[in-house]
Amino acid sequence: MMATETQHTQHKIKSSLKFQSFLGKALTTLLLALGAVLVITPLLFMISTSLKSRNQLRASPPPLIPWASTTAQVNGKDEPLFEVDLDDQTRELALIQNKPGGMGVFVDPANPAAQYELKIEEQTPVRHVELHWENYAEALTSVPFDRYLLNTLIVVFASMLGMLISCSIVAYGFSRFRARWLNILFVLLLSTIMLPSQVTLIPIYILFQKIGWVDTLLPLIIPAFFANAYDVFLLRQFFMTIPLELDDAAKIDGANPFQTLLFIMLPQARPALVAVGIFHFLWAWNNFYEPLIYLHSRENWTVAIGLQTFDALYSVNTHLIMAASVVMVIPPILLFFFAQRIFTQGVVISGVKG
Amino acid sequence: MIASLYFSFTKYNIIDPPTWIGLRNYQRMLFEDPLFWHSLQRTLYYAALALPLGLLFGLFLAILLNQKIPGVNLWRTAYFLPSVVAGVAVSLLFVRLFNPRVGLINPFLMSIGIENPPGWMNDPNWSIPTLVIMSLWGVGGGMIIYLAGLQGIPTALYEAAKIDGAGTWHRFRHVTIPMITPVIFYNLVMGLIGSFQYFTEVYVATSGNGGPLRSTLVYNLYLYQNAFKYFEMGYASSLAWFLLLLTLVATLLVFRSSPFWVFYEGEVRK
Repeated sequence: MMATETQHTQHKIKSSLKFQSFLGKALTTLLLALGAVLVITPLLFMISTSLKSRNQLRASPPPLIPWASTTAQVNGKDEPLFEVDLDDQTRELALIQNKPGGMGVFVDPANPAAQYELKIEEQTPVRHVELHWENYAEALTSVPFDRYLLNTLIVVFASMLGMLISCSIVAYGFSRFRARWLNILFVLLLSTIMLPSQVTLIPIYILFQKIGWVDTLLPLIIPAFFANAYDVFLLRQFFMTIPLELDDAAKIDGANPFQTLLFIMLPQARPALVAVGIFHFLWAWNNFYEPLIYLHSRENWTVAIGLQTFDALYSVNTHLIMAASVVMVIPPILLFFFAQRIFTQGVVISGVKG
Repeated sequence: MIASLYFSFTKYNIIDPPTWIGLRNYQRMLFEDPLFWHSLQRTLYYAALALPLGLLFGLFLAILLNQKIPGVNLWRTAYFLPSVVAGVAVSLLFVRLFNPRVGLINPFLMSIGIENPPGWMNDPNWSIPTLVIMSLWGVGGGMIIYLAGLQGIPTALYEAAKIDGAGTWHRFRHVTIPMITPVIFYNLVMGLIGSFQYFTEVYVATSGNGGPLRSTLVYNLYLYQNAFKYFEMGYASSLAWFLLLLTLVATLLVFRSSPFWVFYEGEVRK
């Protein structure tokens, strides 16, 4: 008797706990879903705006679906169609004239002779989805977008190569050679992460100015060959996890340190190299400051600069600017979806240990 | 760096060789240039809003996304996505979203009963908060770091706390929070450095002039204007050195405060 009673209460507590956790999960999911709608809406707005015509842009509030009002020809002119309730039946009539007091003159396009004067507000406009894909073609050809894209790709991949080469050599040094001053040097290197880039930017700019590299892509590529603290740190952390026995085996086989790096370390560190490569791609693709100060003439611009200038000149062409923006965000988004796992892992390596 | 320090004591417009003017640049910066103080104040205002809100939102989202709920990977993707597209395109998008006439935000606010929604980027009092909201959209980057931290907390700690009779709140307060403080610390330092160097979004959103009425003329934008618009390399170098000093002091303060609130597992309690 006692036993069953305890069991009963236990069961009750358990089920109430279960209910509580169910409620908690439902609330969490609801909250997350609401937030996700908020987060994703701007992207949808961008896509929808990029597909609208200049006329469709005038609608306020701007609908997320690119509606356009359906029209019909009346006496050779396109007039907007409305759904009108007349004598208990719904007919599609065209609005041909606005009258004071919010009234309008409606006619049946098939029979324009019969006119009806009705309040415009009470009628439902007939609309259909209208997508202007040609905005993309227009946006990409009204500026030399292919040129910008080519420049950006040159900068992104050339600097990525430089970064990977220089950072893995430096990281290899820090992970495998032992000396007291090396530790001090490493701390010094890490502290440069904190340094505002503006401090070094001005002398570097003056240097590039003196050797005539301003307004070429070189200032965006060459510095990457001199390693950077962040990626060196990331790679060093990864190299530290590679067993020293592998180095010893290579040494016994007669490999010099450089060969060890090339044939032992780098193949082992492939996940880390891919991760820093992807982060570098994102950074270089979105980078704005350096291209802004170094690239002056139009044919040298990167996509980021080209887009900003496009906006500064033609900011009324919202639909075209949004189309170009969509094109600009597609590569990072694609990269993210293909390499989602690497994103979260890469962050684990770099983030928590900091 | 040394070169930059040297330039900060000179008058230098790139074309003519630099001339040594001693502390004149610093004197001008601190005592004669109201825009220096103005831009500093704008930056601190931005940081004071964006930093705590970003930390809180990031942590809050990470905690929600750390629950076992259906479709959790989908939600994580949705929240992380904005942080990969950051940059020019995002600023252009938000300027339009917040546009009082053709944007999406004000009609929505009006539809839920707010009669006089702010003018956002058109209103000097609202421009910095608008930029802060824009920065919160990209909070997913910090969130994913918190998430990694949350997942690194050993479940044994939660079980032990449960056996000791700790409820959900106590487990959160005495296990989750202390264990996550190193990550909060990391995000705080990174966010601090980032908000002092805030530039791209504000440049794009205001076409580089820090408007309206200079209300978004943040420090780094002012530095850029001096260096690459007016070519006052000497003065810009002084500004850069002041920024370095400011970053160092602020980071040092955060590091100094860390023993009081950051908990490291390997550390022996004094």
